[in-house]
Amino acid sequence: MSRSHLAPPTCPDTVALAAAVREQVLQMACGPEGAHVGGALSSADILACLYGGILRVDPRAPAAPDRDRFVLSKGHAAVGLYAVLALRGFFPVAELAGFGRDGSRLTGHPPWELPGVDFATGSLGHGLAVGLGFALAAQRAGTDQRTVVLLGDGEQQEGSVWEAAAAAGRMASPGLLAITDCNGLQINGTVPDGDADRIAARWAACGWRTEIVDGHDHAALREALRGPDAGPRAVVARTVKGKGVRFMQGQARSHHVRLTEALHSRALRQLTAGR
Amino acid sequence: MSAAPSQKDAHIAALGAVMAGRDDVWCLDSDVGGYRTTLGERFPDRYRDFGIAEATMIGAAGGLAATGQMPFAHSLAGFAAVRAFEQLKLDVVAPGLPVRVVATHSGLSAGHYGSSHHVCEDVAALRALPGLTVLTPADAVSTGLLVAALVDHPGPAYLRLGRKAVPSVYPRDAVLRIGEAVRLAPGDDVTVLASGPVPVQVALAAHRALAADGVGAGVLDVHTVAPLDTAAVVDAAVRSRLLVTVEDHSTVGGLGSAVAETVAELAPCRVVRAGVASPPAGGVGGHEELLSRVGVSAASLATTIRGALARR
Repeated sequence: MSRSHLAPPTCPDTVALAAAVREQVLQMACGPEGAHVGGALSSADILACLYGGILRVDPRAPAAPDRDRFVLSKGHAAVGLYAVLALRGFFPVAELAGFGRDGSRLTGHPPWELPGVDFATGSLGHGLAVGLGFALAAQRAGTDQRTVVLLGDGEQQEGSVWEAAAAAGRMASPGLLAITDCNGLQINGTVPDGDADRIAARWAACGWRTEIVDGHDHAALREALRGPDAGPRAVVARTVKGKGVRFMQGQARSHHVRLTEALHSRALRQLTAGR
Repeated sequence: MSAAPSQKDAHIAALGAVMAGRDDVWCLDSDVGGYRTTLGERFPDRYRDFGIAEATMIGAAGGLAATGQMPFAHSLAGFAAVRAFEQLKLDVVAPGLPVRVVATHSGLSAGHYGSSHHVCEDVAALRALPGLTVLTPADAVSTGLLVAALVDHPGPAYLRLGRKAVPSVYPRDAVLRIGEAVRLAPGDDVTVLASGPVPVQVALAAHRALAADGVGAGVLDVHTVAPLDTAAVVDAAVRSRLLVTVEDHSTVGGLGSAVAETVAELAPCRVVRAGVASPPAGGVGGHEELLSRVGVSAASLATTIRGALARR
């Protein structure tokens, strides 16, 4: 098996990176269209750990053929991905100010045009099959490249998720890691089948090696997200929607928010106080 | 006639030759039979069976193609084009990835299987996806030629095939180019533009019937419905008093619509559309029988053309 020539970036402090991601997410939520804040905040620690020391990607060569791949299957959490990509140098942090504004590359869901976006997403239930395609290519090429797909828990009401999960399980596809951002909330309230144990059981039943972690504990995340993966592996991350901002935490209303200046200041103060 | 291979057999032979020559071409299966025992056994490292999971197969084809590979993804027309339409739209066509979707059982070719397997809206839906090449070969030979040509064709493509063996239209040494319609029979009173196996046979038979009456009915095989060969359509509109389209597909959105849109913009000419305006009634029927029930037969076509020419 050939190894990727890329090393994972080493970010000395992924906790600080996650905090910076959250700050940028809140800033983008002040834009004209607001933003999907709740799920971006719940997955900020996962993204910070992935881009801080797990994924072998190079912001100077975002299309390097032997990079690890990342698919944000819960594409509405785009602002979190944009923040972490910008903070890691894939494009200027200043560009984040354009989110949702006419002419910006930063659409509400990840677009093809943006450096660091391996596959455009947004329609829920597509990312895992795409990731399986990435993993099959790597397997056949005999490389140790990894493919990481981040899904929502509500997203797993889409049948296509389980179609792809079963197919990957049958194919015993190596190098494929599916992370569930299990924040337990969707637009209309509680994710009815969103219990982490229940979700993990479903992945396990599809033939995936499965574990449940605290999605805000960086040490636990680093350990769980580390490769290599001999076969398909699922990590169900218990998270809190709106994590870090007290008035959003655990609130389904945080799903999509437009922040006024006053609310933004309040959110930033709570974010800082919580550190 | 019965000795002719099916379009699927011709496709498998052509794809086998392609895969032998190109290391980046894959065969993706969705438990449709015929591929595992041929290409799967011959090229095990580039064959994957996703099971009865067409949306997953198309999504994974997008992922594979995004890494520089060229997957041919196989299913039946309804499952590949209609069930997995969104995966095709977002994960293949939007990014312009070189996935080739190969679909058998198109139109009414599933015959006695019944309405669940009749697919007369796929071309209409897929023609609305910018950049997707839609191919509807008329026989086994042209299927093989188009598959070979697809390897050097940019962007995504949909290859629309029937189910059973059909008579040959083309000699083995024919030359076909994606995007170029082929004039199969001369005649300028009317030009019949046909796509797909039975429609092309029907058009050729109508040509012969009308020739006996002294009516010159030219026949064009429009094997590429998207992008349409607008030059050939405009040429036909200029030289003929009438254009008639024939397809194993709804009269809404397919070849007939494409031709009507083109001449309306570039060379106004009367267009009469023959196709599946509504599902065939009357229970079980074979492919040709079902098409004849909706007016796609040589006799119906000749009658339609005589009537339309008389009206002018």
